[in-house]
Amino acid sequence: MNTDTRDSILQDISEFLGDDLLEVSLEQTYPLLRISRNKLYETCRFLKNTLHFIYLNEIIGADRFTSEDRFEVIYHLISLRDRQRIFVKVYVDEEEPLLPTVTHIWKSANWNEREVYDMFGIRFEDHPDLRRIFLPEDFKYYPLRKEFPLLGVPGSLEMPNTTPDHD
Amino acid sequence: MQFEKQISKKKPTYFREHQEALYKSLEDKHATVEIDKSDPLATRMTLNMGPQHPATHGVLRVLMELDGEVITKCRLDTGYLHRGIEKMAENKTYQEFMPYTDRMDYLSPYSNNVALCMAVERIANIEIPERASYIRMICCELARISSHLLWLGTMIMDAGALSYFLWTFREREKIYDIFDDVAGHRFTVSHSRIGGVNNDFTPVAVEKIRKFVKEFPDELRGWHKTLDRNRIFVDRNNGVGAIDHEEAIAIGLAGPSLRATGIAYDIRTFEPYLHYDEMDFTVPTRTEGDNLARYYCRMEEMAESIRIIEQCFDKMPKKGPIRVDDAKKSYPSKDEVYYSMEGLIHDFMMTDTGVCPPAGAESYHAIEAPKGELGFYIQSDGTGHPWRLKINSPSFSNLQGLETVLDGEMVADTVVIIGGMDPVMGDSDK
Repeated sequence: MNTDTRDSILQDISEFLGDDLLEVSLEQTYPLLRISRNKLYETCRFLKNTLHFIYLNEIIGADRFTSEDRFEVIYHLISLRDRQRIFVKVYVDEEEPLLPTVTHIWKSANWNEREVYDMFGIRFEDHPDLRRIFLPEDFKYYPLRKEFPLLGVPGSLEMPNTTPDHD
Repeated sequence: MQFEKQISKKKPTYFREHQEALYKSLEDKHATVEIDKSDPLATRMTLNMGPQHPATHGVLRVLMELDGEVITKCRLDTGYLHRGIEKMAENKTYQEFMPYTDRMDYLSPYSNNVALCMAVERIANIEIPERASYIRMICCELARISSHLLWLGTMIMDAGALSYFLWTFREREKIYDIFDDVAGHRFTVSHSRIGGVNNDFTPVAVEKIRKFVKEFPDELRGWHKTLDRNRIFVDRNNGVGAIDHEEAIAIGLAGPSLRATGIAYDIRTFEPYLHYDEMDFTVPTRTEGDNLARYYCRMEEMAESIRIIEQCFDKMPKKGPIRVDDAKKSYPSKDEVYYSMEGLIHDFMMTDTGVCPPAGAESYHAIEAPKGELGFYIQSDGTGHPWRLKINSPSFSNLQGLETVLDGEMVADTVVIIGGMDPVMGDSDK
């Protein structure tokens, strides 16, 4: 990975964000930025239009299991021109798990946001089609939250009766 | 009466809310409601394909709205194979979780093993011995050939020719035999270990791989001969499911489907891992972005894989350790376990606790699996279990793209396009 390009990209981002860039971690192979929630949409647009991060690879949700800012959502972006990967992280509060959608910037965010919604219950404002992606709509829990039991919740889904002679 | 009740989409028997939401979403996909008054023949209909349809390669469900024979819009319903393996990963040690990755993309289990092991090695700072990385490369390329062979057989079967399925499976059988000798399992290999691989190649396995590498290009040439200029095959695939490169990037296609649109994005050259930077190979690309382009990309990739395996044999050290010799990072060898107390304790500790990456670390590592970028994002809390493990699976990205690709295509081409995209539901549904 070209560190000069990476540094100049990080420089551009920090100039654009100023105080809203809360944390920069370069310990791992790829830069991981934490930004403030209310600048998320502008930052994503800036990253795509100015810094050429045109390929949204995935959106990762995680449960930090702390009292405030319980969830985090990480956007994994690739710039094919500069051969760079970047991870942008925002914290989401448990009381109001709501984020602006980025489907209008990257179309591929659609299913990825639906997956985060399905697994953690984080809602995306203005999403064109916010339904659960893996589990049926009738399921009322969010399975990747830490309090969800590993064995599941008995009776949470109505299943066909498999005994041969029921009514 | 009873029958009507069962098939009614207004009153489904199970998962009522889910079915209603899905049909509603199909209705307002493009947000504009067209009222078609010039439709006296009532050609508009909603068609539900899957999840048990044999041509959807698993349990994919496609909901299509048709105007005559043209798909006006479609929705994919996934999740029929959702097993929650990300949740399971949080309750297992890293090594314990590795066999579960075999069951993700079950057509190329070796690549999945390597992807997970390399992600853990990156977060826990483990360097693997050189011979082990060559063994991994050889087996990954074999897995790529095996996966592409299944794609070739089933895709051509979807296009109408049955015999290729038998011919490709004859070649896959040879790869299964190789894996049987290498790993002790034919299908779910679980051969890779954190810090190396389980065991070295046996002389029989080496001989078998060399034989396969020698004979397979002829076989491939034969298929090229019968398919490239085959009028039926070309007509069936040319211009079908076409997508341009800008749209492909926007909807996040991965792997050969993306490369068929002209974007040479391959992790093996984008961010070389193992020893791919020392290898001489090309990344096959096409610019048409249709099903025929995907066919050429995958066929050429198989030939490149053979070249890579040959180079690996040339550059591979003849002898050497195949697993890192550090009891805190990897399993000790079986000789140590059987004949020394230390070794037994270390083996027990590895099984019980395993590798513990530093607390608070989070990292990502991706490899080029046969179907595209397969990556693992791991967050560690310092224990032997991952705090969060996110799988970035190529089939998920490709299926999302399929929803756009299918729009405006003929309904008869659906199965060919699904075959050309090569999704595996175990990979997509996690």
